[in-house]
Amino acid sequence: MEQEPSPSNCLMVKNLACWRNEQVLFSGLNLSLQGGNVLFLQGENGSGKTSLLRILCGFRLPDEGEITWNNEPALSNFEYFQNISYIGHKNGLKDELTVEENLNLMRSMATVTDIKTEQVLKKIGLFKQADILSRQLSAGQKRKLALARLMMTKNSFWILDEPFTSLDKTSIIFFEQLIKQHINQGGVLILTSHHDIDLAGLNVNHVSLTN
Amino acid sequence: MFTVWTQLFKRDLLIAFRRRSEIIHPLIFFIMVVSLFPLAIGDDKVLLQKIAPAVIWVTALLATMLSLDNLFRSDFEDGSLEQMTLLQAPLSFLITAKITAHWIISGLPLILITPLLAVLLYMPTENISTLVLTLLLGTPTLSLIGAVGIALTVALRQGGVILSLLVLPLYIPVLIFATLALQNVEQGFSAEAQLAMMLALLVLAMTLSPFAIAAALKVSLN
Repeated sequence: MEQEPSPSNCLMVKNLACWRNEQVLFSGLNLSLQGGNVLFLQGENGSGKTSLLRILCGFRLPDEGEITWNNEPALSNFEYFQNISYIGHKNGLKDELTVEENLNLMRSMATVTDIKTEQVLKKIGLFKQADILSRQLSAGQKRKLALARLMMTKNSFWILDEPFTSLDKTSIIFFEQLIKQHINQGGVLILTSHHDIDLAGLNVNHVSLTN
Repeated sequence: MFTVWTQLFKRDLLIAFRRRSEIIHPLIFFIMVVSLFPLAIGDDKVLLQKIAPAVIWVTALLATMLSLDNLFRSDFEDGSLEQMTLLQAPLSFLITAKITAHWIISGLPLILITPLLAVLLYMPTENISTLVLTLLLGTPTLSLIGAVGIALTVALRQGGVILSLLVLPLYIPVLIFATLALQNVEQGFSAEAQLAMMLALLVLAMTLSPFAIAAALKVSLN
C-alpha cells in the first residue's frame, strides 16, 4: 500500500461551514490547493483554524459543503486519509515509552521505513535522550519528537496545527527546510502558526478566517 | 497492515507492563471481593457452594468493567487515537489489537486465579473446569461489549455512570448463560447448550463490535 506523491495532488474545498455551540465559526469557505503549494491559515484564537484542519482530517464532519481530493469526494475515500500526515496540538506520544521506542513505533507505522531511528534522533537532536521516557522530555523536545513523523512519511498531504510551538530556533530552521523539501517535491501543506515561518521561495497562499 | 497490528499489540502490552498498578487493580478487586464472601457468610459450606458460580461471575463482570476504563482514555488524551485513524489500516481492525492486549492483561489473570477462588468457596473440583471455560468464553465478550461503551463515553469527563447504564444491560445475557451452565453441571447435566450459546455470543461480539467501536471512537473525536 505505498503511496507515491503524484503531481496531481489537488485539494478543493467548496462552500464549507462549521458551527460550534450554535455559533458559526466559518461558512461559505472556498479553498483550492495544488501540489507544490502551501496554504497558511491565519485568524484569531477561536476563529476555527483547528476546526477546519480537523474537518480535513476527518475527525469532524463539516456542517455544510464538500471537500474533494483529485476531483473525488475526499471524506468517503480511505486513500485520502491514508495520504495525510497530521500533527495537531496533541503530540500523539506515549508517556510510558522511551524516546527511541516512540520513534520506532512511529516508524513501524509510517510509510517510509528505510530511515534509521538513530539517524532521525541525531537530526532532531535527541540522540542523547534516546533512553529517557518521553514523559520526562521538555515541551519543545516532545514537539520535535512528534514532528519527526514528517521525516518518515511519503504522504503528500501535510496538515500541521501550530507545528512550531515551543521549538527552539535551530529546530524551527530544520523543520522549515523539511517543509520546503516536501513542497518542492510536489507535496501539499496546510498549516496554522502564530510564529513567523520562513517559507521564502515557496508559493504560499494566505487565507484568513474571520468571525 | 498486520505489522501495524502487531506493533500496536506489543505497544499496549509494554505500556501495561510499565503501568503495573492498572493491571493489578482489577485483579486485587476480584480476589478481595470473592474472598469477602466466605468471611461474611461464615463456614456454611452448602450455601457457599451454592452461590459460588454467581459470586465469581458477578465479580468477574464488575472487575472487567473496572479494568476497561483505561482502554482508550490515554490514547484519546495524548492524541494517539487521532494518529491511529490516519494509519494504513482501518481503525476497526487496529482496535482489535488493543482489545486483545487488554484482555490478555486484565481478563487472563482473572481466569488464572479463578480455580483458587473456587476452592475457597467449596466448589466441587469437577465443576471448576466448566467455570474456567465459561470465563474463557465470557470475558472476551464482556471486553468487546464494554469497549463499545468506553468508546462512546471516552470524551465525557464523568462517563462512569453512563457507561454502567449502557454496558451492564448488555452483559446480562452472558451472565445468564454462564451461571445457567454452572447450575446444569452442578445438577449433573451437560452444559453444552449454554457453552455453545456463549461461543455464539463471543463470535457475534468479535465480528460486529469492532465496527461499532470504530464508529463510536470517531464520534468521540468529533
